[in-house]
Amino acid sequence: MADVTHGTLPPLSASETDDVELYHPHSWITRYVFSQDAKIIAIQYSLTALAIGLVALVLSWLMRMQLAFPGLISFIDADHYYQLITMHGMIMVIYLLTALFLGGFGNYLIPLMLGARDMVFPYVNMLSFWIYFLAVLVLVVGFFVPGGPTGAGWTLYPPQAILANTPGQQWGIIVMLVSLMLFIIGFTMGGLNYVVTVLQGRCRGMTLMRMPLTIWGIFTATIMALLAFPALFVGAVMMLLDRLIGTSFFMPAIVAMGEQLAYKGGSPILFQHLFWFFGHPEVYIVALPAFGIVSDLISTHARKNIFGYRMMVWALVAIGALSFVVWAHHMYVSGMHPSFGFFFATTTLIIAIPTAIKVYNWVLTLWRGDIHFTPPMLFALGFIVTFVNGGLTGLFLGNVVVDVPLSDTMFVVAHFHMVMGVAPILVIFGAIYHWYPKITGRMLNDAMAKLHFWVTFLGAYLIFFPMHYIGLMGVPRRYHEMGEMAFVPPSTVTLNAFITIVALIVGAAQLVFVFNLAWSLRKGRPAGGNPWRATTLEWQTPQTPPAHGNWGQSLPVVYRWAYDYSVPGAAQDFLPQNQPPDPQPA
Amino acid sequence: MGIAVALALVVVGSVVFHFLSPWWWTPIASNWRYIDDTIIVTFWITGAVFAAVVLFMAYCVFRFRHREGSRAAYEPENKRLEWWLAIGTGVGVAAMLAPGLVVWGQFVTVPADAATVEVVGQQWQWSYRLPGADGKLGATDIAHVSAENPLGLAPNDPHGQDDVIIQGDQLHLELGKPVKMLLRSLDVLHDFYVPEFRAKMDMIPGVVTYYWFTPTRAGTFEALCAELCSTGHSFMRGGVVVESESKRQAWLQQQKTFAQLQPPARAQARN
Repeated sequence: MADVTHGTLPPLSASETDDVELYHPHSWITRYVFSQDAKIIAIQYSLTALAIGLVALVLSWLMRMQLAFPGLISFIDADHYYQLITMHGMIMVIYLLTALFLGGFGNYLIPLMLGARDMVFPYVNMLSFWIYFLAVLVLVVGFFVPGGPTGAGWTLYPPQAILANTPGQQWGIIVMLVSLMLFIIGFTMGGLNYVVTVLQGRCRGMTLMRMPLTIWGIFTATIMALLAFPALFVGAVMMLLDRLIGTSFFMPAIVAMGEQLAYKGGSPILFQHLFWFFGHPEVYIVALPAFGIVSDLISTHARKNIFGYRMMVWALVAIGALSFVVWAHHMYVSGMHPSFGFFFATTTLIIAIPTAIKVYNWVLTLWRGDIHFTPPMLFALGFIVTFVNGGLTGLFLGNVVVDVPLSDTMFVVAHFHMVMGVAPILVIFGAIYHWYPKITGRMLNDAMAKLHFWVTFLGAYLIFFPMHYIGLMGVPRRYHEMGEMAFVPPSTVTLNAFITIVALIVGAAQLVFVFNLAWSLRKGRPAGGNPWRATTLEWQTPQTPPAHGNWGQSLPVVYRWAYDYSVPGAAQDFLPQNQPPDPQPA
Repeated sequence: MGIAVALALVVVGSVVFHFLSPWWWTPIASNWRYIDDTIIVTFWITGAVFAAVVLFMAYCVFRFRHREGSRAAYEPENKRLEWWLAIGTGVGVAAMLAPGLVVWGQFVTVPADAATVEVVGQQWQWSYRLPGADGKLGATDIAHVSAENPLGLAPNDPHGQDDVIIQGDQLHLELGKPVKMLLRSLDVLHDFYVPEFRAKMDMIPGVVTYYWFTPTRAGTFEALCAELCSTGHSFMRGGVVVESESKRQAWLQQQKTFAQLQPPARAQARN
């Protein structure tokens, strides 16, 4: 499907494209702090997410040290270990991945890729970031309250999440729930904005089926998040009420440590349904933007149109829809009615089909391409390997009876880190290497980028691939030390130590990346407007970095789809979306 | 260029690790060999797909790497290829799902001749209850739980009086006899998990859940808690002894029933 409009389109009337003077910032504060420019908000979101992500990285070092060398760091007792895993998981899934993909890339790319001046509700967009920032602050406060942050596991399963033996029961859980509620409020403001901008803010000629797949991914994920997060929100409110005023939404009659508690009649499994009705779509809320972005990275750096664009769009939409009917595959051994297993195993394995189509189309885009091994391409290739690996182990866990022995073991930890940890984070890195030149006007250092790639990709694979086999043996997750397990051979201790050492090295490699971000800001090679010779609109802005309002006096007009690379007969190997076609010979 | 080699090495290394590493599942001790078989089928199908996709990628990045003057082909779609790939994937998925669902059907259907054992989880220990001579477990309620009645049996239910209560000991099961494990928790979520039996199910306070299996190998097996239950989770261990019925009966004779465990005063009061 090469979608090109022939002839020239008349420009829009001035009233539709006017650059309104009043709307520009007039002070440093409104330009860089309380900014209403989606590009600044995107950078604010991204830096906040990366900063809290570094905290989560340090937490993962500590927990890996405990797993490999129990007792070496003396302050990590069982309580602290559970606080480490809880905060690591929560930060990575919500405050880093969700915020960075939607708040970061969403804000930067939606207006620019669609030829809009900004988001349609810039003020709400600003509020969205500041509420997110507040949510992060409240989350950090959790580390300093009496008793420390909650150690209930990132799933926060009641009853233990609010009972006395769980670390952080006093304050940590309250702070965590409040932070989540703030996050969801902030996200909802941003999310509505992204959806309306995609539907209403596209420039002339930018039909839905001409949008870059990056936008399709972010758009679909945002709709999903708007539908999924409310389930977590009500779950958080109900648990907060259980904790603070003694309601029993999730709390049945319980004897804890020999004492009858006042709760009665609630359902712990109700929380699990609410959590996973959010939690499973959440996986795809992270994955779909990554799918979209990686499609554009591969296409651009292989100088070839994405293979099967329409199929790629429909696969995204199909995955988005199906992901709302698979949530209970996280609950096969939760004690829900066993008949649900048949339904959820079937829906779960069906979702493998559109997902596999996406993988095929990425790989087929490489076929007969002209592949440049730039950092974004390397990270995209690393993504495909780790995503395929993690997706395939998902077929183990999704197949209900196979899940029975593997559930709650290290196999699950290895699986979800590969598929929704390593894979999307590789895309984030690739995307930052790709768009940093547009954001700052300078290229990131190539040698540092390649060092970063090789250590991160190979290291992450060495961490998580062998971990599956520890789980296959039956070692449960969430054990702060294995202790004596009769069925575990002593060599497993060595394997655990190996994984930890690799994890420390991979973590250290991220510091190279952070240094590169700072160093290249001043010392990087000037990028020019379109260093990758890409077709999409964000590379066609009159200034780099783009000014407020993005497009100067007149908005771009789009004539073709986003993937006109290496078109036969064209002088260059790319045709920007806003380039009019040559007049047709009569 | 290096990336093509690296991709090929990832595949080769993964396959070599899979076959040569010493880390593999523990030898099975229950009837759920079908689960192991389904895992093996899944390993073969997914392993083949992984190798095929990544090796194809390795070939592409080697063969179609940028060279001076090279230019990519222009092929937006190939309907026929796309549909064949989708259908092929569907067949592979069905080949894994169908046996999985059949085995799941067996997993949730308890045989009529299964013995009944109740496992009770509480922070952080396991207790067990076996039906007495009447073959029935008495009713329970959290409200009845006390120091003298740790599992919360209804004091007035006649079925409960002869129930055998086991605390601080291992559970003994008969070799070759199907057993339905009724799972009950007094406080938070737990999960009674013996890796060699392959079966697993959470216990939820307020609900009784279950799984069943047939022990097929004599021996002593370690039981772990597989659902996070706060601070002591890693230490919540138990043991299951699988032995012949005669040995199990000898062990059973030494255990006390609910009635025997009651303080004499209360026992008299009821009479």
